[in-house]
Amino acid sequence: MKTFGGPALFLDRSDINTDEIIPAKYLTEITKEDLKPYLLEDLKLPGFDPKSDKTFGAGAVVTRANFGCGSSREHAPWVFEVNGINVVIAQSFARIFRQNMFNCGMAAIELSPEKIDQLFSYAGAADAAIEVDVANTTLTIKGGGREESMQFEISPFDKALVLAGGWVDYADSKY
Amino acid sequence: MGMTTAQKIFAAHLVDEPFAGTKVLGIDVVMCHEITTPIAIADLMARGKDRVFDNTKIKAVIDHVTPSKDSKTATQAKMLRDWARRHDIKDFFDIGANGVCHALFPEKGFIRPGNTVIMGDSHTCTHGAFGAFAAGVGTTDLEVGILKGVCAFREPKTIRINLNGTLPKGVFAKDAILRVIGELTVNGATDRVIEFGGPIVDGMTMESRMTLCNMAIEAGGTSGICAPDRVTVDYLWPFISDSFASKEAAVAEYSKWASDADAEYDKVIDLDLSNLTPLCTFGYKPDQVKSIDEMAGQPVDQVYLGSCTNGRLEDLRVAAQILKGKKIAPTVRGILSPATPQIYKDAVAEGLIQIFMDAGFCVTNPTCGACLGMSNGVLAEGEVCASTTNRNFMGRMGKGGMVHLLSPATAAASAIEGKLADPRKYL
Repeated sequence: MKTFGGPALFLDRSDINTDEIIPAKYLTEITKEDLKPYLLEDLKLPGFDPKSDKTFGAGAVVTRANFGCGSSREHAPWVFEVNGINVVIAQSFARIFRQNMFNCGMAAIELSPEKIDQLFSYAGAADAAIEVDVANTTLTIKGGGREESMQFEISPFDKALVLAGGWVDYADSKY
Repeated sequence: MGMTTAQKIFAAHLVDEPFAGTKVLGIDVVMCHEITTPIAIADLMARGKDRVFDNTKIKAVIDHVTPSKDSKTATQAKMLRDWARRHDIKDFFDIGANGVCHALFPEKGFIRPGNTVIMGDSHTCTHGAFGAFAAGVGTTDLEVGILKGVCAFREPKTIRINLNGTLPKGVFAKDAILRVIGELTVNGATDRVIEFGGPIVDGMTMESRMTLCNMAIEAGGTSGICAPDRVTVDYLWPFISDSFASKEAAVAEYSKWASDADAEYDKVIDLDLSNLTPLCTFGYKPDQVKSIDEMAGQPVDQVYLGSCTNGRLEDLRVAAQILKGKKIAPTVRGILSPATPQIYKDAVAEGLIQIFMDAGFCVTNPTCGACLGMSNGVLAEGEVCASTTNRNFMGRMGKGGMVHLLSPATAAASAIEGKLADPRKYL
C-alpha cells in the first residue's frame, strides 16, 4: 500500500487556482517530470516562497476552500506528484481538480473548517508533517512536540481509484 | 417526481454505478485540443493502448497555440495531428480550418440536445447551451474517454437560475452571467449543474446561451444547461434537416430533454435583470463584479475581443457597431480574434473586420492564445487588459498582468476611451 503524506506545506488562502499552481506557459511541456521546477510559481501569499526548500521538500499540502479552481489542466496534480506531494487537504476542492487527483491515484481530502483550523495550528512548527492512511481514512499530524489524529471521509469510488492506482487501470479492467 | 435535464441525460447514458452516487456514463462526444490531449496520447502509447473507442465520436482541434509559436508547441500540434491521422479522425481541424474549440464544434453541428460531452478543457460547459451535459475533465478522464467512451461523475444536483424581465440596452449575456456568478460566488455551484431559464434565456440566441453556459465553471459548476427549444432547432437545422420532417418535429423530439415542471432542484434563484447595468470584474476572481458606473475611468493597456466566451459573430457585430467611424485611444492596444474561420469570413463579408482595422485593432487568426497567456496578446508585468474572456486570475494573461472581464460592447467602448467605459452612450 502506497503511503501518503510527508512534511506539511500550509497555504493559508481560499480559491487558490490552477494558474497559481502551474502557470499556462508551462503547459507546453509534454512530460510530467518537466513541470517539476514550476510548482506554485505564481502563488503570491505572505511568507510563502515558491522556490524554497520547504516548498520542494513538502509531502502534503493543507489549504482552505475551493482549492484548484479554474482550469481542467491535470498538470496541477502532476506538478504536486512529481514533487512528492500526493495528498492535498482542504475545506473544499473545485470538482475537476479533485477528480484529477483521484484519477492519478492521489488523495484530495476534504475536512470541516474546524478541522482545517486544527491542522493550521501546526503551521508554525518547522517539523509539521502529515501521514494519511487512505484505506482506514485516518490522518495524523505531528509537529512541535504535538500529535493528533482525525478521521476523514472520501467517497467509495474515490477510495477505489486511490487503491487501484488511478482511473485508467480501474476503467480498463472494468469497461 | 419529475427530473431535471441533467438527471434525464444521466439516466439515458448510465453504463455503471460502481458505488452509490457515482455514475459512469457513456459519452457521445469526446473533444480534444493540443494542450491536454497529447499527454493522454503519450500515456496511452506507453501503456500499449493506442486505440480510440469510436473515431466518429472524437473531435479534435489545434486551437490554443496556433500557428505554433516554438518547437514545444509544434511538437504538441504534431502529436495531435499524427494521432488524428493514425486513427482516421475525420473531424480534425488544423491550420486554415481551426478555431476556438467551444465556438468551432457547435458551429460544425457536433452537439445535440441530450448528448454527453467531455473535453480536457474547463469551458466545455459551453455546450450545455444545446441542452447537453457537457463537462470539462482532466487528461486522465479524457484518456479513458478516448479509450473506452465512458466518464464517471457524481450524481448531479441542479441549481435553477431564472433570468426574469428584459435586458436593458447595452446589457448582454456576458453581463447576465457576471451577475449570476456574483450571486453564486466562485464555488457556489461546485458539484452542481446550473440550469438557465426564464424569459431572458428563452429570448436569447444560441450564441448568447453559449456565453452564459461558458462561464458556469467560473461559479464552480459542472455544466451549464439551457433547455432545447425552437432557437436550438433553428441553429442545428442545417445538420438535422434530414432526420426530421419539420422543425416542429425536431422541437417536439428535443423537448423531451427539458426539465420536467415538477423537477427537484437543489436551489432556485430568481433574478430580475430589467435594471441591470453593464458589469465588469475588478479583482482576481470572476465573482468580484461591479457596475461599469463604478469602474469607468480605470485605465487599460489592452482591449481583447475574442475567446470561447465572446468571439462569435454577434459579439463582433455589437463591438463593430460601437467602433464604426471611431479610433481606439492611442494608449491602448486593441486585439480581435474572431473565434472561428467562418466567423472571420462572415465578419469580412459584413464589413466588420474593416471597421475594427480602421479603428486601429490588430486582427489575429482564430485561437485561444491571449485568454490564458499562451500566445499572441500576453501582458507585461503591471499591465491591465479589458477582456471579453472568462477568467481574471492574477497573471492569467501574463505574469503580473490584470484582467477585467466585460462584454464585447463594454470592451469596444473601453478601447475608444483607453479606460473602462460605459457602452450605453455609444449605442
